[in-house]
Amino acid sequence: MNTDDTAATKFLQRHILGIEGLLPHEITVLLDRSESYVEQNRQRDKKKSVLRGRTIINLFFEDSTRTRTSFELAGKRLGGDVINMSVSTSSVKKGETLVDTSMTLNAMHPDVLVVRHPQSGAVKLLSEKVNCAVINGGDGAHEHPTQALLDALTIRRRRGHLDGLVVAICGDILHSRVARSNIHLLNTMGARVRLIAPETLLPADVGRLGAEIFHDMTEGLKDVDIVMMLRLQRERMHGNFFPSIREYFHFFGLDYEKLSNAKDDALIMHPGPMNRGVEIDSEVADDFGRSVIREQVEMGVAVRMACLEILTENLDDQDLRNL
Amino acid sequence: MATAPAPSQRKAFTNARLIDPATGLDQEGGVLVDGETIADVGAELFEDGVPEGIEAIDCNGQCLIPGLVDTRAHLGEPGDEQKETLATAGRAAVAGGVTTIVCLPNTNPVIDDMSGVEFVARRARKLGLAKVYPYGAITKKLKGEEIAELGMLADAGAVAFTDGYKTIADAQLLRRALSYAKTFDLLLAQHPEEPSLAKGGVMNAGETATRLGLMGNPSQSEVIMVERDIRIVELTGGRLHFAHLSTADSIDAVRKAKASGLRVTCDTSPPYFALNELAVGDYRTFAKLSPPLRTESDRQAVIEGLKDGTIDTIASDHLPQDEEAKRLPFAEAAPGGVGLQTLLPITMELYHNGHMDLIDALDLITRKPADLFKLPAGRLEKGAAADFAIIDPSRGWQVSQTTLLSKSKNSPFDARPVQGQALTTVIDGRVVHSVES
Repeated sequence: MNTDDTAATKFLQRHILGIEGLLPHEITVLLDRSESYVEQNRQRDKKKSVLRGRTIINLFFEDSTRTRTSFELAGKRLGGDVINMSVSTSSVKKGETLVDTSMTLNAMHPDVLVVRHPQSGAVKLLSEKVNCAVINGGDGAHEHPTQALLDALTIRRRRGHLDGLVVAICGDILHSRVARSNIHLLNTMGARVRLIAPETLLPADVGRLGAEIFHDMTEGLKDVDIVMMLRLQRERMHGNFFPSIREYFHFFGLDYEKLSNAKDDALIMHPGPMNRGVEIDSEVADDFGRSVIREQVEMGVAVRMACLEILTENLDDQDLRNL
Repeated sequence: MATAPAPSQRKAFTNARLIDPATGLDQEGGVLVDGETIADVGAELFEDGVPEGIEAIDCNGQCLIPGLVDTRAHLGEPGDEQKETLATAGRAAVAGGVTTIVCLPNTNPVIDDMSGVEFVARRARKLGLAKVYPYGAITKKLKGEEIAELGMLADAGAVAFTDGYKTIADAQLLRRALSYAKTFDLLLAQHPEEPSLAKGGVMNAGETATRLGLMGNPSQSEVIMVERDIRIVELTGGRLHFAHLSTADSIDAVRKAKASGLRVTCDTSPPYFALNELAVGDYRTFAKLSPPLRTESDRQAVIEGLKDGTIDTIASDHLPQDEEAKRLPFAEAAPGGVGLQTLLPITMELYHNGHMDLIDALDLITRKPADLFKLPAGRLEKGAAADFAIIDPSRGWQVSQTTLLSKSKNSPFDARPVQGQALTTVIDGRVVHSVES
């Protein structure tokens, strides 16, 4: 058993499958470690060797450019060997491929698997079949923990803290793993969450996860510190969730008029990739003073370096072998 | 007993607690079996000892009850033999005290013609385990388009009709099927779920689904279909049975329909009064069922429905799935759970938890389903087939991959400690299952 002192400074998990269930100090440990890499990533020499000899496999069952690249850079900058594997989900054997592929890869002794999958719970299922550490790179509409961590790091660097802030998450909550991870993280760290969306894009009882629900941008954005826009995930929509893009943008797209209800220094965030003119006005997205969208991308690499480093440290810790 | 049959064919089950829900009998006594039938049953039987030449079996004071009657099970044959066969299902059934099964027609090929009915009946008879009576399909190939040959299927031995896990969604078609079935006084069973509303949903809609990022199937999809169908029963005067009701609202709809005199009946399955949606936990695919597990208040409403008689019977809803079908991301996994061996112990929870008397709980899985489906079963009666079970309603065991005898092990009750076990199961006078007591 660790003493309270030690436990409070450690991230005692074998995998990072989600934000739900993490303790405030565990999130703080991850953010603090990430912080240390931000400066390093801005230097000419970005390379460290803490992951020398380690193998990281990016296993993506769903298309991704930025998350995969971010993890790849993170692994390489720490001196690890990174391999990218994209598995087409259009193949007939979807589910079989998941368990079979994970067992096959496990036999090659990777140290960390970074997994993205279109089905909620798929990464958890895979983590039960392997001996290495697993990072959830996004599973269905469930969680995307490193995105929430990079969002938190971005906010914390700009505002100095997370507690007490009012954060509005706007748009396609229904299909969003980013929204769920952020709701959990922000609640855990003492921030207040508002969700703004048409009723059709809000999952049932989502307020019980710890959020106040709004259907009106003007009302919902009033005096918020942070505006997080979500991408409208039209590829996951089967059926009519709203009548037209024009109507959606009219009521829920972020423009200066709606933004004027937020605090003057409110930050604008977006997990990307953006649909300009659908959920966010181009001008707002590019607002040099308030949009931190590109900074989020930068923080992403630092956060993923921290996650990779901490999980590989834990691999040597026998107490965590059975976690 | 008037005529004395050959002594070798007679067996005396003595020192039993006889429970027969049909007559309200609950007292010490014995059963005399002659060949395949019950020759006598009663309290005074064997008071002066078992006559010479009759094999005596001491029940040690345990309960002797009619064999369980399970009116909804998928038995795998033909077409799904990798998941279950009539032999493996038969062994699981008798281990669970089940002596009569009504099996679903969603086989491959579908049981929508006489040869299908006869195939299943013949195969099951040869095995000599639980007796199997098939449902016939309501529509040809379960396509929901053309009505199957209900009359001829009934003549061939189909005891009721259903499209299994497919809802008869077309109102006009259900109307015609109910009207036509009325000609022969046949019972139709519906899987009540409004398909377009349930589409895409993989568990009950609500906080848990939202938390897990899974698409929800709202409980309204059940009550909408139940309410619509009640109107069609009103229109046609047919007999309709709702399978596995899972929500408070749909049970209430049936309660009202019964009160107004309509010929509707319904059943539920053990998961719906013993589990709620939280059993899905961290994506447990064994808890993925159809209909999905609902909320805690729905679960309690199911118990109320059983207590006040709105729900007529309990059926196992046995649906075997192999590992390949369950070891998948939750949304892709097949729904269903095996249930033949847990029908008795989970029903016994109603008794152990104080919701009803032992005899009333047993009524739901013996006499009532037998009567509803007009089966020659479910009673301890002179002249009836000697199909009964000696059970210990309190004996504990754990549901597990090793204790389950089905070919598939996908029980939503996996790892659950339960109470209630069949110690001996007798079919047509033969002991087909027994455990050390």
